[in-house]
Amino acid sequence: MDSGVVLSMTKINMTFPGVKALSDVDFVLKRGEIHALMGENGAGKSTLIKVLTGVYSMDSGTIQLDGHTIINHSPEEAQKEGISTVYQEVNLCPNISVAENIFIGRHPLNKIRAINWKKMNKRAVEVLATVGLENIDVTKTLGDYSVAIQQMVAIARAVDFNCKVLILDEPTSSLDEYEVEKLFAVMRQLKQQGVAIIFVTHFLEQVYEICDVITVLRNGELVGRYAIKDLPRVQLIAKMLGHEFDDLSTFHAPEYEESTHTGNADIVHAVGLSHTGTIKPFDIKIHKGEVIGLTGLLGSGRSELARAIYGADSPDKGDLYFKGDQLKVHEPIDAMKAGMGFLPEDRKEESIVSDLSVRENLIIALQAKTGVFKLLPLQKQNELADKFIKALNIKTPSPETLIKQLSGGNQQKVIIGRWLITNPDFLILDEPTRGIDVGTKTEIQKLVLKLAGNGMTIMFISSEIDEMLRTVNRLCVLREGTKVGELKNEGLDRVRVMAAIAGGKL
Amino acid sequence: MINIRSTVSFKEIVRKQLFLPIFALCLMLVINVLITPSFFKISIQNGVLYGYTIDIINRASELVILAIGMTLVAASSRGADISVGAVSAVAAAICVRLLGSSYENYAISPILAIIICLLVALLCGAFNGFLVARLRIQAMVATLILFTAGRGIAQLISAREINGKMVSGQILYVRMESFKSIGGFLPGVVIPTPVFIAAAFVIITWLVLKKTALGMYIQTVGINPKAGRLVGINSVLVIFFCFVFCGLCSGLAGVIAASRIYSSDANNIGLNMELDAILAVALGGNSLSGGKFSLIGSVIGAITIQALTTSLYAMGVTADQLPVYKAIAVILIVAIQSDELKKWRAVYRLHKQTGSGVAK
Repeated sequence: MDSGVVLSMTKINMTFPGVKALSDVDFVLKRGEIHALMGENGAGKSTLIKVLTGVYSMDSGTIQLDGHTIINHSPEEAQKEGISTVYQEVNLCPNISVAENIFIGRHPLNKIRAINWKKMNKRAVEVLATVGLENIDVTKTLGDYSVAIQQMVAIARAVDFNCKVLILDEPTSSLDEYEVEKLFAVMRQLKQQGVAIIFVTHFLEQVYEICDVITVLRNGELVGRYAIKDLPRVQLIAKMLGHEFDDLSTFHAPEYEESTHTGNADIVHAVGLSHTGTIKPFDIKIHKGEVIGLTGLLGSGRSELARAIYGADSPDKGDLYFKGDQLKVHEPIDAMKAGMGFLPEDRKEESIVSDLSVRENLIIALQAKTGVFKLLPLQKQNELADKFIKALNIKTPSPETLIKQLSGGNQQKVIIGRWLITNPDFLILDEPTRGIDVGTKTEIQKLVLKLAGNGMTIMFISSEIDEMLRTVNRLCVLREGTKVGELKNEGLDRVRVMAAIAGGKL
Repeated sequence: MINIRSTVSFKEIVRKQLFLPIFALCLMLVINVLITPSFFKISIQNGVLYGYTIDIINRASELVILAIGMTLVAASSRGADISVGAVSAVAAAICVRLLGSSYENYAISPILAIIICLLVALLCGAFNGFLVARLRIQAMVATLILFTAGRGIAQLISAREINGKMVSGQILYVRMESFKSIGGFLPGVVIPTPVFIAAAFVIITWLVLKKTALGMYIQTVGINPKAGRLVGINSVLVIFFCFVFCGLCSGLAGVIAASRIYSSDANNIGLNMELDAILAVALGGNSLSGGKFSLIGSVIGAITIQALTTSLYAMGVTADQLPVYKAIAVILIVAIQSDELKKWRAVYRLHKQTGSGVAK
């Protein structure tokens, strides 16, 4: 059974400060196999790949390539072992020739140890032929060719390194349909030659078109390894988002009362809101006091829509009405002053101000709203900090502790507190529970319901369907930047939600 | 309870950031006393205070002012303004040119001249700020423009009529005695004027940062500009402000320097001061890559640098050899503060504790 295994990773563990990124993950790859690595953001896909290619060093675990144990310290080392990676953004040099890009760092030399251009160009043509690229002038600069060709060149370069394992990390996100087909042809050809390919993508159609095996990760843990024919699309989604399919039949959606919110005034009303490349013109009406969920896979536009409303990435087109009046949002401060709050998806990058104290992190939004010249008196700051540390049960030694010293869950509570202090009418929570422990997750979900009960309107974005079902009154499903469904009341059950997310044929 | 908490945090800050800068300064002073026993001696000569310590504090004034501006620039933009020395020269040239070289009276009111030259310095800061904050050019590159152009501009301004023709690049003198009091002494006051100016400037800046949310804004922008933007802080404006402020500091330093020599020497006023200012910020335990900052740290850093210079002179080191000795001392001070070195020491101690058997 295990014959033909080229790469096996066993019990891989990897911890970032405060986050367990991978725990006991196993991964097996066979010769001549195209293997999809699936999972939502934060599932651990890229961490696993970076451990494999030596970008990160793992805490524990073993990696075996062709039966012998390897430890890679850098991508260069991995490449020598026969593990090559091609990233979404082509990381070659666009301003030198195609041939030079293929042979960079290992140019063929002539007798006087200068570059043998003739030989290099000839070899380049041969190498490109192995990936089915013909009629390419290898002496032209790489930048003259399309992204698709550049990607092929990157693959050709990778394959030329006596490649045993080829990792394609989101290679298709910048390609059009025809280019994708061409890439797939190359992948099939490499498969014939016995190269094992790890394919990371979030396009389900492509997975089902080209892959043989799927490994699913969730929250840094291995969910399972499945042959493609044994895993229908809805089940794949279920695995990615955290549910066994067996559960689905026995699950009963929580009873929601017939929404009384529709009678309330609209607090947010967007007409034709769009952002080139991420969201197509979008209409949405949000009633006062409701919890509206946005769901969809990564790249479906769920976060982008929220960011457009808040002005984090200002929309290109469309009108936004807030509390009945038209609101022009150029910068987040405009949205804040109107009464919005926004908890962004990426806590580390966009939320926490790591070197400031818990107190400062809590009051910073209110301070910005108040204005630079009206410093909140220290006493008021301390009162607010104490109040919200207690109310949100934030575990911190002192309000003066730096926020970076808290655990992820407590950091997130500080950020939620930051927005509650501004007392917003409309609060956007983008993945508020990602990467935090179960206890805190439940606390946050309860808090959302409580706030909505007190009249706050909340937009809730999560990739965990269970969580959404527990907290939202209405759920918008997005796919490829458009709203493809809206579910409420009896429509709110997992099967329907997943079906709507997956789209297409079930 | 609140009081207890704030004192604890104050102690924490002292322990973390200010301990080493103060230690470095004290070490320097102790070495000085050992070598020059009369180091702390202060006497009154010609009606003013006289002594090494007075000289250090006096001469450090410009550097203290520049270091304050540099601290805010580094904290907000994660870069350095290397044009401060050149901008000082521009401000000095404008001030002196406006005042004129007459023995009888000033060409314009000295107050007005100072205001105008400070405004021009502000403008230089605004130019830097526009490039860095709005056009997002790296601070080092953006301020390189005025770093090189500034002295040329100062030369052009320092023009004097010779044989009926305006010739630029001259050293202009202010002949009025009262001009010297900015960089010297006010009548009847025993402490040098620059010390008052620098102290007032530090206190005002400190108060502004303490009484407004500006300090918090600057730190937030320096630590995480994306988060800053999402909570409604206009990072462009914050960074722009810091550069404008740094321009003001340069101008003020330029005026003091011009008054000291009652002339504008476009080639030498503020020469290499940008490097000393950056060094002062670093010696003060401040990160040059943005974020948390301590004004007091930078002030101590500036005084340490001046103490070093003065004590080396006191030891008989000549001006041309000075940079070598200064470099050696700076390496030592910076190395003591290096986190990496602390790690080495910790590892070394660990090896020592666990015995030689573990050592590789």
